[in-house]
Amino acid sequence: MSVLIIAEHDNNILKSSTLNTISAAMKLSDDIHLLILGSKIENLSKNTQSIHKVSKILKCDNEKLENFIPEIMAPIVSNIAKNYTHVLAPASTFGKNLLPRISALLDVTQISDVIDILSENTFVRPIYAGNAISQVETNQNINLLTIRPTAFDKCEESGGSAPIEDIDFLNTDTPTLFIGREVSKSDRPDLGNARVVVSGGRGMENSDNFKLLYELADKLNAAVGASRAAVDSGYIGNEYQVGQTGKMVAPELYIAIGISGAIQHLAGMKDSKVIVAINKDTEAPIFNVADYGLSSDLFQAIPEIIKELDLLNKIES
Amino acid sequence: MKVLVAVKRVVDYKVQIRVKADQSGVETENVKMSVNPPDENAIEEAVKLKEQGLAQETLAVTIGDEKAQDVLRTSMAMGIDRSILVKSPNSLEPLAVAKTLFKIIEKENPDLVLLGKQAIDDDANQTGQILSAILNWPQACFISELKIEGNKLLISREIDEGIEKLETNLPAVLTCDLRLNTPRFASLPNIMKAKKKPLDVIDISTLGIDTNPKIKVLKVEEPTKRKAGIMVNDVKELIEKLKYEAKVI
Repeated sequence: MSVLIIAEHDNNILKSSTLNTISAAMKLSDDIHLLILGSKIENLSKNTQSIHKVSKILKCDNEKLENFIPEIMAPIVSNIAKNYTHVLAPASTFGKNLLPRISALLDVTQISDVIDILSENTFVRPIYAGNAISQVETNQNINLLTIRPTAFDKCEESGGSAPIEDIDFLNTDTPTLFIGREVSKSDRPDLGNARVVVSGGRGMENSDNFKLLYELADKLNAAVGASRAAVDSGYIGNEYQVGQTGKMVAPELYIAIGISGAIQHLAGMKDSKVIVAINKDTEAPIFNVADYGLSSDLFQAIPEIIKELDLLNKIES
Repeated sequence: MKVLVAVKRVVDYKVQIRVKADQSGVETENVKMSVNPPDENAIEEAVKLKEQGLAQETLAVTIGDEKAQDVLRTSMAMGIDRSILVKSPNSLEPLAVAKTLFKIIEKENPDLVLLGKQAIDDDANQTGQILSAILNWPQACFISELKIEGNKLLISREIDEGIEKLETNLPAVLTCDLRLNTPRFASLPNIMKAKKKPLDVIDISTLGIDTNPKIKVLKVEEPTKRKAGIMVNDVKELIEKLKYEAKVI
């Protein structure tokens, strides 16, 4: 048994979702190969050699792979997939975009969003926004899995010394042109793996008020998240959405502010260790999953929390 | 331009689902069923393209039993011209769904295929991508903006990092995000009109594809429920609890 992992990266840095996926692979095999498809990835590949438990780095370096067009990537992966019992990718928009194309080329049914691996062919995945958990078995020659990053710890990044092997680039003509990417720049931790997440909902009322939330997030060294209602209303960008059709998060502390708690939002955050809900509506369903609930006007509560945190920091320093 | 929209009938998004006692799946009998929400965005986009004069014909396709006609009638009430039910006694895996759609596309020759980005029942997020690969057409997933100029498509798609912009050509397969548009409500006169629009039924066995499941569901369980915690009286108490009880700040 050997496992191929398709690395998620930006041509410079490996995304942490890849490290979670490697941890998942460790439940399957000791022979784990990491496939890096990209452009000018010499340094990136070298930096991944030390990852614990990875036995080989496969590198496909071509300028046509710079923007991760799935039409170009999929045939390269499917060409080597037959050497493996399992092909894994993170269940991020990167993996979701790519792996089903490989499933088509291999004529194999993919298992999406795996949260546990029980054996080499038995997997656990959430369905219905996590309101039901399905255990599935497959007897296909190749198992194609996307892995939910929050369900597995990040693997160690040191201790290994995997060799790098170049693999063939196969050209696929496609009319698709990459035009650009609008990426919000922030010094805050990444939403997918922050220790603390502070999320705002419709109760924030407008984008200006989100500044208050950013201030609180910075006090806690937290990432900022949002409900779909807040994103749809234009208070904040889509990359912040937590929920069934947004991002899945499982931080140590999740603070939901002005979020009512629709099941689609709960799907994205209910695996958080500690949940705090602040909402003036005492009937809001978010309180049913919160460890600590505070019924209060958020515009009073947030400044008060910031003040208390400042006080706490002063006492400790 | 001819636009084909794939639609799935799912448990309504507002329903609190129940796992069957024998753990064989989720209860779908006597439960409100609706069009899968992102599929409504696909329908809306197709109807808009027709209204803008860019599409000449719009077609909705679903796969399911007799009852799945509901979602086709809804699609036509929203403005889709005609529809096809591919009758299947079993629910299909995304790979088989894509193969079925491929057969319909071979017959119907659409220029553009629109799907929802994921179905809210199995949350697989695969069908559009698979279909695009089988057709060997370009794909754009999770789109939140679409402009069509002649043969050219200008697309914004939602990715984890923000927005990605692509340009591609017809024919293409696009999967729609909830933010692409605001699906219209079907008016009563349009619901009546939709009853007279053509709805063809094709039996899946006539398409000559392998629809056997490749995955076996061993069991479906309820997730472990979180217990509701406590209400605190004020911010001071909240901070104390987080500091000394939960020890997370």
